[in-house]
Amino acid sequence: MEYVNPEGLRLDGRRPMEMRQLRAEIGVVSKADGSAVFEMGNTKVIAAVYGPREVQNRSQQMNDQALVRCEYSMANFSTGDRMRKPKGDRRSTEISLVIRQTMEACILTHLMPRSQIDIFVQVLQADGGTRSACINAATLALADAGIPMRDLVTSCSAGFLNGTPLLDLNYVEDSAGGPDVTVGILPKLDKVTLLQMDAKLAMDTFENVMQLATEGCKAVATYIREILLEHTKQLEFRRGL
Amino acid sequence: MRGVQLSLNKGQKLRLERALDKLESLSSKANSDASVTVADDISVNYEDAILKGHGTTELDGRVVATLCGVVERVNKLVYVRALRARYKPEIGDIIVGRVIEVAPKRWRLEINFSQDAVLMLSSMNLPDGIQRRRTAIDELNMRSIFEENDVICAEVRGFQHDGCLHLQARSQKYGKLKTGQLLTVPPYIVKKRKQHFHYLDQYGIDLILGCNGFIWVGEHVEVRDDMVEDQIYKSDQENLNSGNTLSSNEIEETYTPLDTRQHICRIANAIRVLSTLGFMITVELIMEILNLSKSLNLDIHEMLGGEFHVLVAEKEAERRSSLTKKR
Repeated sequence: MEYVNPEGLRLDGRRPMEMRQLRAEIGVVSKADGSAVFEMGNTKVIAAVYGPREVQNRSQQMNDQALVRCEYSMANFSTGDRMRKPKGDRRSTEISLVIRQTMEACILTHLMPRSQIDIFVQVLQADGGTRSACINAATLALADAGIPMRDLVTSCSAGFLNGTPLLDLNYVEDSAGGPDVTVGILPKLDKVTLLQMDAKLAMDTFENVMQLATEGCKAVATYIREILLEHTKQLEFRRGL
Repeated sequence: MRGVQLSLNKGQKLRLERALDKLESLSSKANSDASVTVADDISVNYEDAILKGHGTTELDGRVVATLCGVVERVNKLVYVRALRARYKPEIGDIIVGRVIEVAPKRWRLEINFSQDAVLMLSSMNLPDGIQRRRTAIDELNMRSIFEENDVICAEVRGFQHDGCLHLQARSQKYGKLKTGQLLTVPPYIVKKRKQHFHYLDQYGIDLILGCNGFIWVGEHVEVRDDMVEDQIYKSDQENLNSGNTLSSNEIEETYTPLDTRQHICRIANAIRVLSTLGFMITVELIMEILNLSKSLNLDIHEMLGGEFHVLVAEKEAERRSSLTKKR
């Protein structure tokens, strides 16, 4: 199948290096400490953060740092065919773990000893790149909850189809069976916190794809930063003196 | 926009936007670039020695924020005041909390902090008002003072060496709160003041603005010393009417007149409106909104509608602009 037509356009009309439209909203769950909705094109993810709060299971309490927990789920209506998936299948357990590890790396857990932070992410619409969208949504929600972090984590995926590196794969491109590289970075520190790839890729093309994904992450970071600053200013001026 | 998931028509939306724009223009003169987000650089004069406070870290010799909030500078100290975050206790704060567990010699309270707070039996006044050692019998009777899910008011005593937060309630004004409503708002919009207990005498209502964002609106209770004979009298009464029939005394105690209940609801709704709009909560503002709703002859439930939110926003914009003019 042809994923990039001779004019250099992809199936949804994007250029190979083009991202889907981003949209984010903070404060969507009123009872949560922090929450956000993040959209990348048709992928839509909601994240809610509770905490730092008292550890529910005393045996898991740590005296020098906070416990970070994460739960990923996909809404039944998120995909084209409505499936009733059992909770805690392999895929969602794996993604929960990935998100937890990525977020834990940037949260300053030592500042909140003997407490726990819960992150809940749910996919409302799945159109490829749910992993990256979840991480971006979780970052926004954590920042909204006022949890101290080293840096924002942002994530973006990239692939390689028809001999062209493609940024931010959608569902059709994702299920083409080509390589799918998900990268998560700390933009300020310029460090990689997440790198996942299925399928094989030649060394030199990998460099290109990875570079592309990193650029994507940075674009996401600028957007997230804008949204957060706007939100903080809103809160401050509304509160008044 | 947080919380403003109101159903507004087009005109109301425009008016709300205009009011908020006005508020923004008023505040932007004061501090324009004080807001930071995670991993933003904080500009400081590096020639002076500086102290990095909460919400900051050092990266390659620069000061970087770790929170979203507002940069505050006090002499050499630079710190970031987080806006939407959980409550951070300071010694002496007056807080409202909910009992979640009765443990040996202590109660555990949920106070919107990262851990539960502890109120020791020894750091509160006994109901009989006598200063003495707490005996094993007192310990057994702890549930007669506070039970699970009771709402109580206390003061932050400090952190113990093991890092847990201790409270105290060594005055008649602290203690169990009944006949009223508990509201939870984000702690950053509660202004810290000398006075957090307010008695609104024209309505006969007590208002406690807890620093942790828990606000109590309840019927006024006379602060009285429960005398010893009072206790004996009470226990006699209880013994007399065994079973589940309420004595006339108890009915009188639990009875709240209708207009007091309505006042409680009205004040509670005024606070709800302020918190959804994200405005600072002070007694003066609450009273202003209360009077606004009364002058418009609004029903209690209508205060939570979109139109009233817009009106409050417009009123607040007007108030703040008149304040700045005076200066």
